[in-house]
Amino acid sequence: MKPSQTLVAGLLSALLLLTFLLSWHLATMPKAADQVVSDEYALLVGGAAAKGQESAFPTPAQFGDKLVEAISDPFYDNGPNDKGIGIQLGYSIWRVLVGFAAAVIVAIPLGFMIGMSPLMTKALDPFIQVLKPISPLAWMPLALFTLKDSNVSAVFVIFICSIWPMLLNTTLGVSSVRKDWLDVAKTLELNPFRKAIFVILPAAGPTIMTGIRISIGIAWLVIVAAEMLVGGTGIGYFVWNEWNNLSISNILVAVLAIGIVGMILDSLVARVQKHITYKD
Amino acid sequence: MSIFSNPFNQNITLRSQCSCGQHSSEAEHALAESKALAQHDDALNNRVVEQGVLRALFPDDNLRRGFLKAVGSSTAMSAVAALFPMAMAKEAFAAAPGKLEKTKLKVGFIPITCATPIIMAHPMGFYSNQGLDVEIIKTAGWALVRDKTLNKEYDAAHMLSPMPLAITLGAGTASQPYTMPAVENINGQAITLAMKHKDNRDPKNWKGFKFAVPFDYSMHAYLLRYYLAEFGIDPDVDVQIRVVAPPDMVANLRAGNIDGFLAPDPVNQRAVYDGVGFIHILSKEIWDGHPCCAFAASKEFVTQMPNTYSALLRAIIQATAYASKAENRKEIAAAIAPKNYLNQPVTVVEQVLTGTYADGLGNIKVVPDRIGFDPFPWESFAVWILTQMQRWGQVNGEVDYQKVAKDVFLATDAARLMKEAGLTPPTTNSKSFSVMGKTFNPAEAAAYSRSFKIGRV
Repeated sequence: MKPSQTLVAGLLSALLLLTFLLSWHLATMPKAADQVVSDEYALLVGGAAAKGQESAFPTPAQFGDKLVEAISDPFYDNGPNDKGIGIQLGYSIWRVLVGFAAAVIVAIPLGFMIGMSPLMTKALDPFIQVLKPISPLAWMPLALFTLKDSNVSAVFVIFICSIWPMLLNTTLGVSSVRKDWLDVAKTLELNPFRKAIFVILPAAGPTIMTGIRISIGIAWLVIVAAEMLVGGTGIGYFVWNEWNNLSISNILVAVLAIGIVGMILDSLVARVQKHITYKD
Repeated sequence: MSIFSNPFNQNITLRSQCSCGQHSSEAEHALAESKALAQHDDALNNRVVEQGVLRALFPDDNLRRGFLKAVGSSTAMSAVAALFPMAMAKEAFAAAPGKLEKTKLKVGFIPITCATPIIMAHPMGFYSNQGLDVEIIKTAGWALVRDKTLNKEYDAAHMLSPMPLAITLGAGTASQPYTMPAVENINGQAITLAMKHKDNRDPKNWKGFKFAVPFDYSMHAYLLRYYLAEFGIDPDVDVQIRVVAPPDMVANLRAGNIDGFLAPDPVNQRAVYDGVGFIHILSKEIWDGHPCCAFAASKEFVTQMPNTYSALLRAIIQATAYASKAENRKEIAAAIAPKNYLNQPVTVVEQVLTGTYADGLGNIKVVPDRIGFDPFPWESFAVWILTQMQRWGQVNGEVDYQKVAKDVFLATDAARLMKEAGLTPPTTNSKSFSVMGKTFNPAEAAAYSRSFKIGRV
């Protein structure tokens, strides 16, 4: 039964995509209209304006052209303000990984300390609860002002927004390790360090991994917005630059690329997660 | 000649043989001069520094002599002193004269046609002619340009002309001494309205409109406020004025979030190109010859790297001189339209620069002075901007208009380099002009800022 279900699901996906493209095509078909201005004037404005209309959303075909263009040469470099989409994605991924790695280094040991002590859990809870819901972009002006470097600020924003899910999940995982296992550790007279490494870490592993997976998703969400703000390089800057030119087709290309990279990042973490998960 | 010759003397040369003609050889001349000077150690040192500075300013010796002849040595001395605090230069005496302290520079810009000289200097080689390797970096908004310049990520930047004043006064940011040695463009802005208002052209009926301007401390904001107030619309009460980054303006206009904007080009022309709006008036109809954007640098950069600063400013002023000629405009449009710079269709940029443009209502207009490039930073411009900052409550209390204007708008530097670039700088640093028919006299600035019916003073 299983292979055929995969097949059906694949067909269904393809059908959905086709329906989507078709309705997109129909919705964006250029409206037939006559030119309402002189020929000389028409040369000075876009095609739609010459017909007394506003310029329209790109059709799937126009989008396809841009997509082929972007994929065929993703690594060109025409100076600081014009780089290929591959280079821009590279910058973004690099920023995400640096910010994210810093968050892992801070969040997991901290989560352990908090989780192992009910007192600390209670004492730090209000701070975490207040800091957690702050939009990463709200940190941006503060970061720019204090860190005085736009690149470091972008990385800092990734760090600050990906730290909370990991911290909370680590705390949760550590504090909810089954009592019997801790009792066994006590019976065997393990020192706290060995207890943390050999009992708590494996037990809390799956919960921690869930936190990491949420975090990397958030980090990738945030990088686009952060780069639109600080500019310079990265996929967010690419989107902003095309927005500047009102080039919707190129923005769609970038949106697609962002989605695909996000999916890849998530599936990489998911693969690690699979190895760590255990059944009771 | 010797290193101790007076460089402010037009009759001597700094680079060839005996100059004064009183000595048989240059060596003898030098001996005589150093003997005379050696009595005063300080005078000696000063001479060396002064000469170094003048050499840096005038790599071509004939130019220096021509300049001294034209303005007289005492004027020259004070002009140079205004540019390079000699006292500081003497302390930093160790630096080799004339050498660029730094050749790799970063200059930030916003992708609008106001930045034309800063942008075109890159593809057209004005920076490299000065031995500079300048990276020009597109930036998302003015607040960010300000922060990145204050953070020293940028060595210099494209700013709105009120920004260096605001930064120096500490309005909207931490106060830091800032200078604006050159204006980039005059005119070149417009009020664009959404298509649905094409039959509603009388500002008196604009109550409840939502407008966008690129920044609070901008000529755009002051001109729009001025224009509305002249028609009895209080810009703080009767309409809403929002800050929207130029790239977002067309999209917001299209979405109906705003009714119009006073914006830099190519935004106005882009709205026409996309059939979203029409050009109501050009900003030159409010004040013909108003400044808009500027080239700005921190005072620190100016004083610590005088040679680099001078070379950079020279590149900008030469680019501005090139851009001021109508016959070069098409070439410039093609150079600055690509993705690396403005990222706009060439025709849009060309319409802005040549002044032959579609107005959005089916007419082709021919206004050759739609945008102009005139680098001279009139101090009276600064004074007018300060009166408007006061009028709308952005700065409180008494302002020493002339002093702030002089400190920030470095008119003497621009005049010197303009002359060098073959332009004719004005002989004074201040002029009066009229805004919507009302004459502005910079000497009576305080009274002017209080003379409006609508205002916060």
